[in-house]
Amino acid sequence: MKGFWKKITDRYGYPKVFITLFLIILCILAVVQKQNLPGLLKDSLVRVGMNGILVLAMIPSINSGTGLNFGLSLGILCGILAGCISIELNLYGMTAFFVAILISVPFSAAIGYAYGLLLNRVKGDEMTIGTYMGFSIVSLMCIGWLLLPFQSPEMIWAIGGKGLRTTIALADRFAKVTDNFMSFKILGEPVPTGTLLFFALGCLLMWIFLKTKTGVAMMAAGDNPKFATANGINVNKQRIIGSMLSMIIGGIGIIVYAQSFGFFQLYTGPLMMPFMAISAILIGGASAKKANISNVVSGTVLFFALLAISLPVINKMMPEGNLSEVVRIIVTYGVILYALTKVGRDE
Amino acid sequence: MSMQLNITNKKEKNKTSLIKVLTNYSVPILFLVICLIGVYASKLNSIYILNEIAVRLSRNLFMVLALIIPVIAGMGLNFAIVIGAMAGQIGLIAIKVFDLGGFPGFMMALLFATPFALLFGYGTGLILNKTKGKEMITSLMLGFFANGLYQLVFLTFMGTIIPVDNPEIILSGGVGLKNALDLKLIQYAIDNLVRPNIMGVRIPVVSLLLVVALCFVIKFLVKTKLGQDFRALGQDINIAEVSGIKTDKIRLIAITISTVLAAWGQVIFLQNIGTLNTYNSHEQVGMFAIAALLVGGASVTKATISEAIVGTLLFHTLFIVSPFAGKNLFGDAQIGEYFRSFIAYGVIAVSLVLHAWQKYINAKNREKLE
Repeated sequence: MKGFWKKITDRYGYPKVFITLFLIILCILAVVQKQNLPGLLKDSLVRVGMNGILVLAMIPSINSGTGLNFGLSLGILCGILAGCISIELNLYGMTAFFVAILISVPFSAAIGYAYGLLLNRVKGDEMTIGTYMGFSIVSLMCIGWLLLPFQSPEMIWAIGGKGLRTTIALADRFAKVTDNFMSFKILGEPVPTGTLLFFALGCLLMWIFLKTKTGVAMMAAGDNPKFATANGINVNKQRIIGSMLSMIIGGIGIIVYAQSFGFFQLYTGPLMMPFMAISAILIGGASAKKANISNVVSGTVLFFALLAISLPVINKMMPEGNLSEVVRIIVTYGVILYALTKVGRDE
Repeated sequence: MSMQLNITNKKEKNKTSLIKVLTNYSVPILFLVICLIGVYASKLNSIYILNEIAVRLSRNLFMVLALIIPVIAGMGLNFAIVIGAMAGQIGLIAIKVFDLGGFPGFMMALLFATPFALLFGYGTGLILNKTKGKEMITSLMLGFFANGLYQLVFLTFMGTIIPVDNPEIILSGGVGLKNALDLKLIQYAIDNLVRPNIMGVRIPVVSLLLVVALCFVIKFLVKTKLGQDFRALGQDINIAEVSGIKTDKIRLIAITISTVLAAWGQVIFLQNIGTLNTYNSHEQVGMFAIAALLVGGASVTKATISEAIVGTLLFHTLFIVSPFAGKNLFGDAQIGEYFRSFIAYGVIAVSLVLHAWQKYINAKNREKLE
């Protein structure tokens, strides 16, 4: 038994093993409590599709050597801005969704480029600086959301007629467009086929990218910068590519998220979002230096299924207070903390 | 001729020293300018501002001073002081449970908070010793994580595992603490002990004396053998290790002192505020204290008492005036509020970038020399 335990923790890492066990316990509890199991399954799938792309955004930054992207909120802001522009252009449905994505790309690319330049000057401190860059730009954008000249009455405050609302409802615009795309019912519950396909497509494209010449160069630069330099790879350039890609995917990720969630959350909404994505990929078995697509998929499934299932199960056990939110906080930061202590030991 | 030369020389000397002053104190000077603009734009009267400054110096400076020792010991900005703040709140919850008020209640809160702070500080130190070189991000994440544990304890353990039967503080279901606890029983317990009114400004003498006492304690501490060890670690941890200093132990001591001071600082702070937001009061403590210290001109590797005082003064002046200035300039108080949180985060971000950039350039130069 002890040998088996050691074997699986060595192979999958403590976070993955513990989260899996926790998830199994929750599932058993859900059965005991006679929860609506197909409903829970659907919730889990929706959450996986919703957050998958955001988690995927960690891949290029980790593999290019800039580490976990704690500044992902910058890309998220670009995505939200693009989404608002698509509403301002008075677009609906799939068009609105894809136009939002198209608009977000140049913004995110520009921000990612600048962010990459910054990170090249602060090697070794990317995580702290990313976090605080994210925090400060999110709070700067709080002023931005108040002052940007948007006109659409759906988005600005009804009273005063100035400044965007804290949450912008997408129900009439592009809420659930990919969730409902090719959606079919299993056990009476709709499956968000389109969103899951979108996530799968994103993973596939990323996988292909990592096999291309640029992708291989990027991974080499992240893996061993000195060796890469010796082989004629411009490490700084690869790091910039990594952070640009990460921001672009983050921008797309938040549009997918909002599409499924039904709202854009402005102002301080994006502040803590990067940590969820970081935690998910770490649960998937990634480290601050290495991550692959299977880490993304397994981490997203484990973490977001956990969140989806823990909500009703824990609330039934403890109706008072917000215990499932507490569980989320402890899991998210506990996993990040554990990864940080590992990084310390590696060096 | 020679006289003329002398004069120009003198002028040049003056000029260089002025530039020197400007570059050395660029951050506080910049904030002084922003503050003056803010004060002017807010159109507040000076008595109001002075009163607010007196109150805020007395209640916030203690927490800012708690940051100094880890900086000296080379551990960077201790974002984990929120954990100390949590210990302080545990002390306050304890006196609420036992219903102790006034000055004795205040002292008991400090007493209850201290063992928790020692324990938490020790734990923080152990984790930070495992993550050398990444102390700041670790302490930040540790703060978030501890917040989760804190909520777990006070939301679910209170009334179940920890038997407390006090409908004034427990939620109606019998489990978990209420969101806001009334601290009227110790509000102004030390602020109002001696509070003379000098030209309309009411000065909380005892609270300020506590802060002054802490300044002297830190000054003294830095001069002792322990303080020398702190500085040795701050200069170069490897050399310190080689010269026989037990670095891990010294780091544990530094972070424990910081945590205990933070706990006391939080008790002093909430003694003035008079309400404990059980689940939020501690959250932004770290960010505001660190921003205040940096505004005074401190950095990740260097912090002094005077920088803490100047920083707190400037940062909180900005806090007082920015909503009013925002309202007068843009017609929206919200803008001023967002502006001040941007300043808080921004000043931390810029300071971290400058520090890391410097470190990177130094490393590069060293590489070139080799």
